[in-house]
Amino acid sequence: MAKELWKGNEAVAEAAIRAGCRYFFGYPITPQNEIPEYFARHMPEHDGVFLQAESEVAAINMAYGAAGSGARVMTSSSSPGISLKQEGISYIAGAELPVVIVNMMRGGPGLGSIAPGQSDYFQATRGGGNGDYRTVVLAPATIQEMTDLTQEAFDIADLYRIPVLVLADGMIGQMMEAVEWKKPKARKLPAKGWATDGTKGKREHNIINSLFIDPKDCTQHNQNLQKKHDLITQNEIRFEEYLTDDAEVLFVAYGTTARICQSAAIKLREAGVKAGVFRPISLWPYPEKELYLCANRGCVKTVVCAEMSMGQMIDDVKIALNGSKPVRFIGSGGGTFPTSAELMAAAHTALEGV
Amino acid sequence: MNDHLTIVTGHYGSGKTEFAVNLAFRLAREGNAVTLADLDIVNPYFCSRERKEEMTSQGIRVIVSKGADSDLPAINPEVYALFENGMCGIIDAGGDAVGAQALGRFSQKIKCIPYELLCVVNFNRPETNTPQKAEAYLRQIEYSARLSATGLVNNTHLDHQTTTHDISRGAELIEDLSRDTGIPVKYHTFEERFSGRLQLPQEQQFPMQLYMKKPWEF
Repeated sequence: MAKELWKGNEAVAEAAIRAGCRYFFGYPITPQNEIPEYFARHMPEHDGVFLQAESEVAAINMAYGAAGSGARVMTSSSSPGISLKQEGISYIAGAELPVVIVNMMRGGPGLGSIAPGQSDYFQATRGGGNGDYRTVVLAPATIQEMTDLTQEAFDIADLYRIPVLVLADGMIGQMMEAVEWKKPKARKLPAKGWATDGTKGKREHNIINSLFIDPKDCTQHNQNLQKKHDLITQNEIRFEEYLTDDAEVLFVAYGTTARICQSAAIKLREAGVKAGVFRPISLWPYPEKELYLCANRGCVKTVVCAEMSMGQMIDDVKIALNGSKPVRFIGSGGGTFPTSAELMAAAHTALEGV
Repeated sequence: MNDHLTIVTGHYGSGKTEFAVNLAFRLAREGNAVTLADLDIVNPYFCSRERKEEMTSQGIRVIVSKGADSDLPAINPEVYALFENGMCGIIDAGGDAVGAQALGRFSQKIKCIPYELLCVVNFNRPETNTPQKAEAYLRQIEYSARLSATGLVNNTHLDHQTTTHDISRGAELIEDLSRDTGIPVKYHTFEERFSGRLQLPQEQQFPMQLYMKKPWEF
């Protein structure tokens, strides 16, 4: 099929429709408004439901309900709106429901700014809600990758019965790039025997809940969740290496910042500095071992973690490297991004420091 | 080109802003005192105001929607300067009918001066990938703007993956749109790297430098 030019927000919505998502509940916020707008325009063509809820809190709980009945469902927002959804996400994780959530991050904290940001990394990977739960977090860097990952997110959600977060930023949501529509690799997905889709007089009632009154039951539930988290950590890690084979300075960055790092790496190489980029694509599970190997198998002398935040993913970088390499941070929060020139300067400083 | 207002409209993501900014530079190079008004009160990203510094350094006056960065859609009253005599003005409108709505309130003023209203089309955008779909957007824009389009701009591209095939295919489709609507084709736009490689009427060729860049393209 011929390539088309898609805006990120529209593409993520179209990807969901192509993955069989027929329910979308959301509430407007810049810079992701084209997502609900696209669903509003196109869901009716697929006999799907678009509903603008009265708030983000309502939208995430509607997603809980739709997922509970066995439907593929999505909600989306941007940073402050995702904060409002945290209680619902914890309940969805607790009730083991497959929901795909999109966060087109903007500057924070609070209302912050409407410019692109990456300062919801802690919230996304550590959980803004209560309890021992995890959400799979996928962080695309191109619109092509976002369309592929969003379709796959529905399969991952269904396979493990877990909320999956597509974590991008306002830049990826607003920019346009060429897209070729592809289907994700087929996975064998289990039937949704747990769904509350009507007993038809043939089975006991299914109950979907995150409440376990007896703490022993709740402990068992937590152990089951942990087994699932371990399995996901085993199977769903994604990352990309760029010019890493002979790199002496290694950038670690995701999403928009990774692309600026790639551009800086090319310029550094033109100036005779061997730079490479390690790009985590799954932020949870984090490619911990893979990053360690990348930084320790060749000539890497120093690592520079770059983010559109004041330093959040750097915690995972330090955990992964376990003191094996010096790590520096460069980034800016609030809606601005490190420029390629600033990244180059950071790489030079890091190399001088070793 | 004095005493002339060019209004740039189009579907969301059609390339209105890139074209408007390039038109401003072209008219300035030709010796005009150009004023560009960024009337996009719909979308706060990839707006001509981001290139204000470069434009101002070339003598282009840029009128920006106030409060745009804080998501407050408010039109700067300085826009009225465009409707005075002797101005060489460009309006970069917001996308779709909702973006053109901001023009509607000025339509009576605009009708009193010589103007052209251009509609930019990229046939690689899924919502305007046929002349029929593009016309639907065009008609909605005209309705909201309370003005009729006077010219069409073929801006068919695929970002960095554009080939001459994209541009020529867009040229064929915009001719179809022109036949269906009776609105003449004004320009075929393309990146400068395609100059001299296209079989298109010379006076309609509009080579462009890309100003609306992504953070990794600087």
